[in-house]
Amino acid sequence: MASEIIINVCMGTGGIAAGGDLVMGAFIKELDAAGIGNAVVKEKCRLHKVGCRGFCARDVLVDITVDSHVSTYQYIQPDMVQRLVREHIVGARPVQEWLVGEDYHIFHDNQTKRILADLGRIDPESIDEYLAVDGYKAAEKALTTMKPEEVVRTVKDSGLRGRGGGGFPTGLKWSFCAAVNADQRYIICNADEGDPGAFMDRSVVEGNPHAVIEGMIIGAFAIGASVGYVYIRAEYPLAVDRLRLALRHAEARGFLGENLFGTDFNLKIKVKLGAGAFVCGEETALIASIEGERGMPRAKPPFPANKGLWDKPTIINNVETFANIPQIINKGPEWYASVGSEKSKGTKVIALTGKIRNTGLIEIPMGMPLKDIIYKIGGGIEGDRLFKAVQTGGPSGGCIPQQHIDLPVDYEGLASVGSMMGSGGMVVLDETDCMVNISKFFLEFTQAESCGKCVPCRIGTKRLLEILTRITEGKGREGDIELLQMLAEDVRDSSLCGLGMSAPNPIISTIRYFRHEYEAHIKHKKCPAKVCNKLLTFFIRADMCVGCGMCARACSVNAISGEKKQPHRIDNSLCIQCGSCFDACKFSAVLKE
Amino acid sequence: MINLTINDKAVEVVEGTTVLEAAQQLKIDIPTLCHDPRLKPFGACRLCIVEIGGMAKPVTSCTTPAASGMVVKTNSQKLYRLRRTTVELLLSDHPNDCMTCIGTGDCRLQELAYFYGIRKNRFEGAMRDHNRVDANPFITREQNKCVMCGLCVRVCEEVQGVGAIGYAERGFEAKVIPPFGQDLNCEFCGQCVSVCPTGALSARLWSGKPRMEGVKFTDTTCGYCGCGCNLTLRSHGNQVIRVDSAADNHNRGWLCVKGRFGFDFIGSADRLKTPLIRKEKGGKFESATWDEALDYVAKRMNEIKGKHGPDALAGLCSARCTNEENYLFQKLFRAVIGTNNIDHCARY
Repeated sequence: MASEIIINVCMGTGGIAAGGDLVMGAFIKELDAAGIGNAVVKEKCRLHKVGCRGFCARDVLVDITVDSHVSTYQYIQPDMVQRLVREHIVGARPVQEWLVGEDYHIFHDNQTKRILADLGRIDPESIDEYLAVDGYKAAEKALTTMKPEEVVRTVKDSGLRGRGGGGFPTGLKWSFCAAVNADQRYIICNADEGDPGAFMDRSVVEGNPHAVIEGMIIGAFAIGASVGYVYIRAEYPLAVDRLRLALRHAEARGFLGENLFGTDFNLKIKVKLGAGAFVCGEETALIASIEGERGMPRAKPPFPANKGLWDKPTIINNVETFANIPQIINKGPEWYASVGSEKSKGTKVIALTGKIRNTGLIEIPMGMPLKDIIYKIGGGIEGDRLFKAVQTGGPSGGCIPQQHIDLPVDYEGLASVGSMMGSGGMVVLDETDCMVNISKFFLEFTQAESCGKCVPCRIGTKRLLEILTRITEGKGREGDIELLQMLAEDVRDSSLCGLGMSAPNPIISTIRYFRHEYEAHIKHKKCPAKVCNKLLTFFIRADMCVGCGMCARACSVNAISGEKKQPHRIDNSLCIQCGSCFDACKFSAVLKE
Repeated sequence: MINLTINDKAVEVVEGTTVLEAAQQLKIDIPTLCHDPRLKPFGACRLCIVEIGGMAKPVTSCTTPAASGMVVKTNSQKLYRLRRTTVELLLSDHPNDCMTCIGTGDCRLQELAYFYGIRKNRFEGAMRDHNRVDANPFITREQNKCVMCGLCVRVCEEVQGVGAIGYAERGFEAKVIPPFGQDLNCEFCGQCVSVCPTGALSARLWSGKPRMEGVKFTDTTCGYCGCGCNLTLRSHGNQVIRVDSAADNHNRGWLCVKGRFGFDFIGSADRLKTPLIRKEKGGKFESATWDEALDYVAKRMNEIKGKHGPDALAGLCSARCTNEENYLFQKLFRAVIGTNNIDHCARY
């Protein structure tokens, strides 16, 4: 048998959902059955749970490393483990047909992994594994060899900008806070990631919580905060558990608490669970929520750096921002700024989803062209359909069309075409997506998540949604596009916080690039992408229909009739265009026009 | 001191002044709905937005501190458009039943709609329907008329220190309610009613009474206690129909439940209008003049004092008297009658 065997099982939320813990259990059982008992496991064969490496679509991913030679398996289920143990671990013959293919390597090789480098490699529940990859070295270096001003300057020099969406220079923000005269300061990590389809912060906290904690320690030292909070969604139970565990471990090792690294610096970090309000990702609403108030934003200034939590100077940074800090301290600002574009330095973690072959969590150097993300890392559009647009920045971002496919993805690049970086969500849309419907989808979200405080956001987004809804239902009126544009601009320009200011972005950008789709809906009562059911006529192709009756059973208004094993028909005078028959037919006999 | 320019006019203000207050110093009118100088700035209605040189977007003047060298514009086509849209949006979710609304003539939303000349609304759609009758004895809540300015919530919290109401729900359905949507059950000071800019909050006592037409305003002082809060009585004919208090008086417009809602005694048939004297034991009270009554009291006091000494008498006074009246009363007992038997509910 080989001298050292390491088995890594992906146990992020995606991995567990795909059966990661069952696979883990199967490994324990099979290793035991193969006579590689506990004692041997500890010495020669180590079984690890690791965080998400990004390619959740291929879960459960398992790495088997035999004498430093790594083999990665995809789509592993518990019943496959026996063969892996017998053939690969005992027999030293990797199971060729289960290994990942070339696309797995293309997906990873085109990325620049800094934040995600240790995700998928180390056990997030073990502080020793974090220490083994130079964990807490940066905190020690900062606290024992640097002055707070030096730390702030180093972060300033690195060019790091806030990864939560605003893109404000982190070092500058810290310097504002450090300059305020106060007896108490706070540092807060914003882990209230709420964008639909975003899982960057979740994966980082689940896969490498100590990096975030270390970043907070360094930040707290730089601004002189003795109390920190991690505001994290209660909907992220695994992230919460691993974060709490990591905090306990860090405290036990003396990385948190009093007299850190033998200095007189003290820091306590508390966990505050968010109760599910999207708006609590906005920093003033987040502060209100920690204070026990309703999560409602307030006007800035004063900015939290001057007057934040309990009216004390407060720094709020996003998970990814903090995760960058230890590397900046360890490797220097020049190293950090060596990657990225002119004004956006470093890397960005992106949740790549939508109609794309390789969905998952990726990390790109700032300034990477959009087309490289979609066609290299993403592997192109699913089913070789035509690319239509990419939505960046979550529900508050914009849609970027084909003509800007060469756009460098950084703060300035995205803003120049009417979108934004946001927290890093990227949803790829193809020719089967209706842009009016996409706008409606995002507006449904932002409208429902408005806190209701200011008028333009509370009522304005509702009216925008209503206009979009009537357009998708074929009730659009002449002048609706102009009305949408005008109201969207007014909501953007007069709302109180970022939620309202950015909520109209999907509408503004889709009208800008896809006006013809709006016109088709309004003037011709047609949905070019065949998505808006109310504008479609459903019918059954007699030559394809086998008469199974599935469509008739699915129809809630009894509009479908036909004899058994004979072609069925839809009575369009009864049809309510719900699309249930289309979804129910297994023979593609139901068509919509 | 801070020097700034608003609409090309220079103004000097003290540190901590907001742009809105600075504009008010120059008598520049900026529309507001959620602002009350007695409460902390809130920035919710977005009507007081102004353009400030160097800032990318309009900001609310009520929340923005004035800074040296600021160049502020309070009126531009852009600001007009944004404010008008905001008012139109509010009206698109409002019953607009001004003809029969209790707030008519005394409603800031109505005033704004008039100012912006909104006859036809570009926006239409769902309207909130709270459809809930609050059975409390004092305050009528017509929540469909609520503009979510938050004044009621803030006055309850910041001034009264009670926090009887708060926000619930999100998005379009966001609303102000007592805990768990139950009936209002507070001390009913009515501060919330006094700050409500629309007809969403009113007093039960006002219902069906004249609104503004033919209503006379009379300033007076509350007789309920020695605080002497200033009141403005609204009367119609011979009837007091409402009690208000102006924000610029010594009690800053704040009143308690008695001062605000306890005025039905004024026209009550049971009200004493003359002194009453019971002339013989077991007899009925009979109406008397003040001279008769005071002579009778003085006579009996002298008799009792002469027969039993001054300590046989005691005086009990009322907190509803002024400080001066209470002072004189104890003086009468201590110096004239000669006893220390003097007390009242707030104690000497």
